[in-house]
Amino acid sequence: MRQTIIALVTGTLFGAGLALSDMINPARVIAFLDLFGNWDPALAFVMGGAIIPMAVAYLISRRLRAPILHTQFHIPENRIVDRQLITGAAIFGAGWGLAGYCPGPAIAGLVFGNWQPVVFVAAMLAGMWLHRLTSDM
Amino acid sequence: MSTLAPLDPLTALAGGLLIGLSAAVLLLFSGRIAGISGMVARAVGIADSGTPRLQALAFVVGLPIGAWLLSASLRQPEVIVTSSIPILVTAGVLVGFGTRMGNGCTSGHGVCGVSRLSPRSLAATATFMFAGFAIVALARFMVGG
Repeated sequence: MRQTIIALVTGTLFGAGLALSDMINPARVIAFLDLFGNWDPALAFVMGGAIIPMAVAYLISRRLRAPILHTQFHIPENRIVDRQLITGAAIFGAGWGLAGYCPGPAIAGLVFGNWQPVVFVAAMLAGMWLHRLTSDM
Repeated sequence: MSTLAPLDPLTALAGGLLIGLSAAVLLLFSGRIAGISGMVARAVGIADSGTPRLQALAFVVGLPIGAWLLSASLRQPEVIVTSSIPILVTAGVLVGFGTRMGNGCTSGHGVCGVSRLSPRSLAATATFMFAGFAIVALARFMVGG
């Protein structure tokens, strides 16, 4: 129960951060990716700002035996860079550059009254489902 | 068509700090990585393992709540989306498929993984950034913008 509340609070905080930094705006994201146009550095500041507290939290977590509300840390231990990782990331990046949406901003952006994120999120779920279907084969 | 107003770098940095704080609290309290593509897949039942389903759902539901609260209180965003339906659908399918295949997106790899210098996340982030730059450049030169 307390972990579910933490999840809701952190999800809300994450969504607020995406809105404050204007990452919910696909035009802002595309302007960062547009190296040959009117380049907008905002996304780099957002990434930099996000990495600072998370890096500190990670260093703290390494000194803790367990998180505050749970019995263990669930941190991925796989360190092998394989073809699947790179292909998946390239496919994701292509879709990201195409419309300027990645999963978080698209979902956070559902509340601004425009229809585009609804279409994007529906297609994204279809893509996830397609991956599950094809990886089971 | 409206044009994009510049964003104050300090505002972008502050938004980033909120995102990082969110990921930090989730890690230190629940021991979980704030990877949104994974949480979404888990919340809708596409992924079978990872964050418990109710927690994943709570996190995902929090995203629009937080975005709405912030824009209602601080700054109403001027959201500009120029993509057509076929582009949105193609982009969505690619993002959904690619994030599952590559085990993460801008949050799980880009923020959380880079913060702990995970080799997989550093490689994934470099790759999706490069792909994003390449697609936007390609679109620019094909449309002739």
